[in-house]
Amino acid sequence: MSEHQPTAATLDGNEAAAYVAYRVNEVCAIYPITPSSTMAELADEWSSKQIPNVWGHVPEVIEMQSEGGAAGTVHGALQTGSLTTTFTASQGLMLMLPNMYKIAGELTPTVFHVAARSLAAQGLSIFGDHQDVMAARSTGFAMLSSASVQEAHDFALIAQNATLASRVPFIHFFDGFRTSHEVNKISMLSDDTIRTMIPDEAVFAHRKRALTPNNPFIRGTAQNPDVYFQGRETVNPFVERTPVAVVNAMEQFYQLTGRRYAPFEYSGAADADRVIIVMGSGGETVAETVLALNRAGQKTGVLQVRLFRPFSVEYFLQALPTSTQQIAVLDRTKEPGASGEPLYQDVLTALMEGMQQYGRTSIPRVIGGRYGLSSKEFTPAMVKAIFDELQKSNPKNHFTIGITDDIGFTSLDYDQTYTLDESKWRQGLFFGLGADGTVGANKNSIKIIGENTPLYAQGYFVYDSKKSGARTVSHLRFGPDPIRAPYLIGKADFIACHQFVFTEKVEMLDAAQQGATFLLNSPFPADQVWDKLPGKVQRSILEKQLKFFVIDATTVARDTGMGTRINTIMQTCFFALSGVLPREEAIDAIKHTIEKTYYKKGKAVVEQNFQAVDATLANLFEVMIPTAPTRDVEALKIVADEAPDFVQQVTARMMAGYGDQLKVSEMPVDGTYPSGTTKWEKRNIADSIPAWDADMCIQCGNCAYVCPHAVIRAKFYHEKFLERAPEGFASAPINARGFPETKYTLQVYAEDCTGCGVCVEACPAVNIFDKTKKAINMTEKESLLETNKEQIRYFEDIPWNDRSTIDFSTVHGAQFLEPLFEFSGACAGCGETPYLKLLSQLFGDRLLIANATGCSSIYGGNLPTTPWAKNADGRGPAWSNSLFEDNAEFGLGMRITADKQRDMALTLLKQLEEQVGVDIVKAITTADQHSEAGIKAQRARIDDVKEKLRAIDSATAKHLSSVIDQLVRRSVWLVGGDGWAYDIGYGGLDHAMASGKNINILVLDTEVYSNTGGQASKSTPIGAIAKFAAGGKTINKKDLAMQAVAYGNVYVARISLGANPQQALLAMREAEAYDGPSLILAYSPCIAHGYDLKDGLFQQRQAVDSGYWPLIRYNPILRKKKQNPFILDSPRPTVPLREYAYAELRYKMLTRSAPDEAERLMKLAQELVNLRWKNYEELSTMPASDFVPIA
Amino acid sequence: MDIRTTYLGLNLRSPIVVSACSLSESVDNIVQMEDAGAGAVVMYSLFEEQIRLEDAGLESAMNSTSHVFAEAANFFPDLEDYKGTSAEYLERIYQAKRRVTMPIIGSLNGITPEGWIRYAREIESAGADALEVNIFFIPAEAAFSSAAVEHRYLNIIEEVKRSVKIPVSVKMNPYFSSTANMAQRMRDSGADGLVLFNRFYQPDFNIYSLQIENSLETSSPQEIRLPLLWIALLHGKLDLSLAATTGVHSAREVIKYLLAGADVTMTASALYQYGIAYLKEMQQELETWMQHMGYTQIDDFRGRMSQQQVADPTAFDRANYIQILKSK
Repeated sequence: MSEHQPTAATLDGNEAAAYVAYRVNEVCAIYPITPSSTMAELADEWSSKQIPNVWGHVPEVIEMQSEGGAAGTVHGALQTGSLTTTFTASQGLMLMLPNMYKIAGELTPTVFHVAARSLAAQGLSIFGDHQDVMAARSTGFAMLSSASVQEAHDFALIAQNATLASRVPFIHFFDGFRTSHEVNKISMLSDDTIRTMIPDEAVFAHRKRALTPNNPFIRGTAQNPDVYFQGRETVNPFVERTPVAVVNAMEQFYQLTGRRYAPFEYSGAADADRVIIVMGSGGETVAETVLALNRAGQKTGVLQVRLFRPFSVEYFLQALPTSTQQIAVLDRTKEPGASGEPLYQDVLTALMEGMQQYGRTSIPRVIGGRYGLSSKEFTPAMVKAIFDELQKSNPKNHFTIGITDDIGFTSLDYDQTYTLDESKWRQGLFFGLGADGTVGANKNSIKIIGENTPLYAQGYFVYDSKKSGARTVSHLRFGPDPIRAPYLIGKADFIACHQFVFTEKVEMLDAAQQGATFLLNSPFPADQVWDKLPGKVQRSILEKQLKFFVIDATTVARDTGMGTRINTIMQTCFFALSGVLPREEAIDAIKHTIEKTYYKKGKAVVEQNFQAVDATLANLFEVMIPTAPTRDVEALKIVADEAPDFVQQVTARMMAGYGDQLKVSEMPVDGTYPSGTTKWEKRNIADSIPAWDADMCIQCGNCAYVCPHAVIRAKFYHEKFLERAPEGFASAPINARGFPETKYTLQVYAEDCTGCGVCVEACPAVNIFDKTKKAINMTEKESLLETNKEQIRYFEDIPWNDRSTIDFSTVHGAQFLEPLFEFSGACAGCGETPYLKLLSQLFGDRLLIANATGCSSIYGGNLPTTPWAKNADGRGPAWSNSLFEDNAEFGLGMRITADKQRDMALTLLKQLEEQVGVDIVKAITTADQHSEAGIKAQRARIDDVKEKLRAIDSATAKHLSSVIDQLVRRSVWLVGGDGWAYDIGYGGLDHAMASGKNINILVLDTEVYSNTGGQASKSTPIGAIAKFAAGGKTINKKDLAMQAVAYGNVYVARISLGANPQQALLAMREAEAYDGPSLILAYSPCIAHGYDLKDGLFQQRQAVDSGYWPLIRYNPILRKKKQNPFILDSPRPTVPLREYAYAELRYKMLTRSAPDEAERLMKLAQELVNLRWKNYEELSTMPASDFVPIA
Repeated sequence: MDIRTTYLGLNLRSPIVVSACSLSESVDNIVQMEDAGAGAVVMYSLFEEQIRLEDAGLESAMNSTSHVFAEAANFFPDLEDYKGTSAEYLERIYQAKRRVTMPIIGSLNGITPEGWIRYAREIESAGADALEVNIFFIPAEAAFSSAAVEHRYLNIIEEVKRSVKIPVSVKMNPYFSSTANMAQRMRDSGADGLVLFNRFYQPDFNIYSLQIENSLETSSPQEIRLPLLWIALLHGKLDLSLAATTGVHSAREVIKYLLAGADVTMTASALYQYGIAYLKEMQQELETWMQHMGYTQIDDFRGRMSQQQVADPTAFDRANYIQILKSK
């Protein structure tokens, strides 16, 4: 952001909007939420770099505890005269609504920049549509819609001008992901332009209206029936003037930049008979299609809505050609039960008013339709279908486009082969993995082309739903004119496959144009690769006459010290083959970018990348294509034959990438999906997997205990089970006395493993003859795969050990419990999932989970497959996610139901005592269910009663049948991350703890907002950097444990499964057994900490040994027994804090950017550690009477 | 009392110099060293291998978390003023030079020819007054001949000298077949001074965990004998500066080294043990001793016990060994 702005830049919609927002504001109150987080992050980053706004002041950026908090802060800052903004989306905007009414009612100028996103309904979606902004349309905010990256930039300024001129606050919104995350080359606004558009007088007027004790007044009164109504109407003149203010702003903007906009912008035939009215990025698609249709002789047009609120009927009528006979209004939202979606209704109203008040003599026929929910593709083919529909004598109203609705029959058919002329663009598709750097490299390529050539460039990036081994597809376009194509590439002239394994899994070449170039990262050389390709790929190459190139990028990367990052190599190949730039020029540009990107990180890194570039061309070979395929076409088998019907018919199609083809009738009506479907998705993302050495193993269970993905499982069984064991099925005599015929097997699930290596780190059994080997060792997977599948099949046939006979008070025992949380999509080495897996093992068959939105709700509940599973009896964790902010309350509700229905069941049982048997009723009502044996016995009794109830024909018996299962003790767990527990959900968490109810709260503490990309929470430690704390967090982490201890009746534990697995196990069992609220804070290594998570266990030990994460348990039961309830489970610190901290990038980075500050904070952090330790030590020795007594 | 000396052509106000150690990682400490009277400071060593590892590690941690899934393009803020490991080191030299007047000597431990050249240049341009080349190399391969080892040392010195204009000293080790010959050849390759000696990292074993233990013990005064011998032997014979760097725990060792002919003596262990302010005490003790002995400046006694100047030079040769045996 230098003073002399380049006229063009290549950036995404978020940055384009934030750039302006930052420069025209003084305060930004922020909170992360996808897909708007980037705007807030950039504002914070610029502020921390002391970059000023256009008045020379550095805006104050403050992260709040929630969007509700951000809106409140915005309101306060506005009321006291600051130019203030915020950035949000979706549920975040929902939390801002109450304040928005206030801000608008008080005529306070501000612009909220929104990356519009779906709302959580039958399921959450992070993707784009207009449901969120449409829910805000009654707040009194004006609403200005951008359709492209350029507009996101321009409208941010136009909105700011108009809000200051009109005093009406604005939502400036653009489509989440499609615009917020699209990278495009745009013309940047100069500082002069920005400054000119924000006149000082308007700023002074805003400040003059501010609250000040020097001129006191009161604003925000409580009003009564006598005046509220009139008061509400006072804003009308301001609202009415707003469209004019917008037009004026747009006109001034045009004078300054040459880019002309209007509240309603029409393009197409002047005498159009059919017009589509649309808002957002879809308008670009319609406009481009209109051009093509009109060239073919049709008379079509598009009316793009820029200013949705206030809706100016006058401007609308002016913009709509009078020749229009048919209109289709497209809404990117859903309003169930309404007579139509909002834009449709407004258009109808406007047309009617046109007749009544503006002298129009006729009304065109209008139909409304929905499109593009949750970033569903909206393509020229769909636009054409809508125009075609308008030509019908009885076009379908309230239609949908882009899906197949075979229930309500709302959907329009469309010809998927219809495309616009795309020859003006070079189009490339790149298939990669999240971890291989493909997306980053492509973003670089766009910048190289956008910033080094006159060409325009566009990039859009599609990710799958997993956090580990996620597949990415990059869509890149280049061309001589601005690229207005907000939809995915259908036909590409360059296709790059960065992972050979995709040739078997992904239909990449379907999108290849005739004669396109296909680049493959192949471990096989050019003269051998052909026979390794699946038959379908061979046929596509032949039929489409593709030019085919290979490079062994993985080897080149390894040889040049790049590890697994093949990005630079594949990028070089792209430039070498695509011809977008002359080869030498491209390579120079790549090197220049490398230098720019990496210079801060050291010259060695730069040189390594240079070497990779230089080595690339020598290893890039064209494949001489044979004349015929050498392999047959085999159908892609997505899931095993034994998978249930739903998985076969629905889940498998989502997994294969055909989810778009699923019909409405195939979807569950209420968002209910079967449990435990990850087991059908064999992702095979690891190159190396753990191999068990049965002879070396001491059967401690550590490896199974720490495995984040439940791919290591243990059983003991009678040796007779080995009689038909397949070859290589490993076993060892169990190392417990008194079981002479009992064997032990540790089974690795190779296809589900992510290859993190945590298990090897956990293994204590070192081979004394070869110290590089343990009882479990990472081994190359491919050769083990087939036998592994056989072994798993056999292993699964061996029954799980009876829970009631296992002593799972020890880690050793816990390994024999069946995990009911398995194969999640969490990151390799995830520090959270081992806790959840343990939870599922300990209490899974009677477990209810309320899961706060965040990482755990994504890897726990993101389609297509989910990891919460069930056992052979059909029991398992029942899981649900409500929201981010309300999880404690949500879980408390579950407890209330459990308690209420248990009471109801007891009452009903008593009423039916004579019929079902007095003894059994007594046994049920007095049952001790604190042991597995007790629970097993209770289940048997209830089954018995259920049987008897079937024979009783009474309402009482039926009621009892419907609630009797509640008489088996339910275990209710409220699970979430620190963002939930420390910040957004803290109020609810506090209240739930204070309720005294039997709930168990598990906080998976990664000390940052992990799911949205590492923003600081109140759990982030002092001295660590995070987003929103780029200068290092200066405030101590909240001691949530001690806050809970203060209640006295809350069981509290701080645990670290890697540092002290036994204490973690004990705490979870104690918490569950305690008949009251429990809070467990679980240390969870995360990729946001910045180190190889293979070392997560070591870091956990260091965290504990340094005293940073003291292990404690506070047990109110002990207090009741007049014992000290505060137990300090960790030994005195033996490791300096810095030794633990500086192994992690989050701390280390600060030593690189601000060494003195890092040192200051580290000393402070050490002091805090010492102080807390001293306090805890004192607490652990105090008499019971010094602690809060409980009732 | 005049305790000024010259080392590598630099004028020092005291012959007591802080040797390369982690204390110089803080610029505040360096200021304290000057306040306590240090003649110069050799900065902690910049290890090329460490730079490579750390930079690659940090880069990998950042890269492996970027663009991995849709909700998070990355996990760390983009810090404009983020510095690589070498930049942090150079920044400290730069800051130290702004805050103290005594010479600051950079210390470099390279592993590649490019690394030696590049970082030497960077240390020079950061403002260092001289450069100490810390060649840490254990020729563990049997095929690596002593000639090849020597060649490697000389090569590095030549390359570094060609790359920078500031004086260069070499922290040498005592394990060459002919230390004096090697010292001479280092001089011929361009070394402006020798630092005697480099205490190689020598691992220890834990006999219960069967692990290698990496703790580095500080030197003890008993260890001064070997450097004392060689300084005494080399003093006056080679046209270069000599620094003594092992076992300096008090003025006593400082005096002994100066008597042997050292231009400066270096210490770190004493400062770890007694604090930076201890430099002042050492200096005072030195001055007291000089007064007691009637010396007014260092050159009055420097090298008085060197081989060249003692009455019986053969005492430094084999006879000396026999003498020691006899004294047992």
